[in-house]
Amino acid sequence: MSTQIPKQTEESTETESEAAEPASKGEERRAEKRRRAAERREQRQEEEAEKAAADESTVELKVFRYDPQVEGKQEPRFDTFHVPFTKGMTVLDALMYARDTYDSSLTFRHSCRQAVCGSDAMFVNGGQKLACKTQISEMEEPVRVEPLPHAEVTKDLVVDMEHFYDQMEAVEPYFQTNEFPDGELEEQRQDRENREKIKMSTRCIWCGACMSSCNIAAGDNEYLGPAAINKAYRFAMDEREGEEIKQKRLEIIEQEHGVWRCQTQFSCTEVCPKDIPLTEHIQELKREAVKNNLKFW
Amino acid sequence: MSQSYNRGLIEDFGRWREFEAGMWAWIFHKFTGWVLIGYLFTHIAVLSTGIPAAGASEAAIMAGEDVYTQTIVSLEGLLLVRILEVGLLAVAVFHMLNGTRLLLTDLGIGLGAQDKSFYASLILTGAITVASVPTFIAGAF
Repeated sequence: MSTQIPKQTEESTETESEAAEPASKGEERRAEKRRRAAERREQRQEEEAEKAAADESTVELKVFRYDPQVEGKQEPRFDTFHVPFTKGMTVLDALMYARDTYDSSLTFRHSCRQAVCGSDAMFVNGGQKLACKTQISEMEEPVRVEPLPHAEVTKDLVVDMEHFYDQMEAVEPYFQTNEFPDGELEEQRQDRENREKIKMSTRCIWCGACMSSCNIAAGDNEYLGPAAINKAYRFAMDEREGEEIKQKRLEIIEQEHGVWRCQTQFSCTEVCPKDIPLTEHIQELKREAVKNNLKFW
Repeated sequence: MSQSYNRGLIEDFGRWREFEAGMWAWIFHKFTGWVLIGYLFTHIAVLSTGIPAAGASEAAIMAGEDVYTQTIVSLEGLLLVRILEVGLLAVAVFHMLNGTRLLLTDLGIGLGAQDKSFYASLILTGAITVASVPTFIAGAF
């Protein structure tokens, strides 16, 4: 996990001093100053890149670049960055360094840098990984960073997550119940065994790595996908929701494009950065669905 | 899913190098399944040409001169058929072993060892196939 605080770059101080300039000075002078600053920045970036490329202790990153809004960047390509290696550096750290030092237009999502927010799932060296949780030292060089497969790329490493969120919403990922305890001030308690049962499934951070790795989800857009089914598991198995709500949830997951589409390829389980046994949960829901519909006793 | 541009290796068959055990198991299972279905229909088609043998005289059948026996004997005389038979056995054995693995997966047994059980079924298939070679190839040369 990345615990490094990115060093404040010179760039931000530069822009600050620019902004501090009194507004009374002529437009021309400011434009000239901005132009010169941009030139200097560009020159510095080039120098840094050259220096880093020559340096022994750098990591070579190959990053997927694509920008539909800028002419000349609409053709997808790979950019190479040489990032100085520091102990404990993650893929996200390296990307942030590349963005802050070489190319400020390099775009990717990130927030907490602690594998909790789930915004930086990427395709690193041929696998769906959480960039902030992937050590550079464990990667083979050059480290190839691409956006998640099977999703539309918005820009560089950013993919459109809308479809993934729609599937998550489809399973009603929130607690519902119509069984309430007797006393008005009573709590809805869950016993320890039940908590243990759903524990792993509550760890989902909605990063979308599983959905991207799933071969079935790639071919069937209506398939709920591992993350959504795992969410359904988390609530269907929660005893506090009661029998009636569980029936409702089972109806959602046993639809045509629900749980039965899973072909147990285990791709989702392999890539899940939170180690959720997704296939196991999907299989258990399949058995629940069968038990629910076939009653010989 | 719609693709407005080519993302290169990331989304095409070039990704096979990045597949994990579970994915290979799935691909092999599909492949062997289709091969077995293909074989089933060929089997029925070829053997049904021998149906007239049912009307042959007992003496002809005892002497091995009926259509059925002739068809089988001439087929078994071909080296290619002998080799294909070894391949058929390999395909069938893998499909059975991996099918058992999938049954256990459906019952929720051994999901943690799914990759090991796949490798085990591969190795077992290999061993059984190699052991079968003398039986199938005997007398073909």
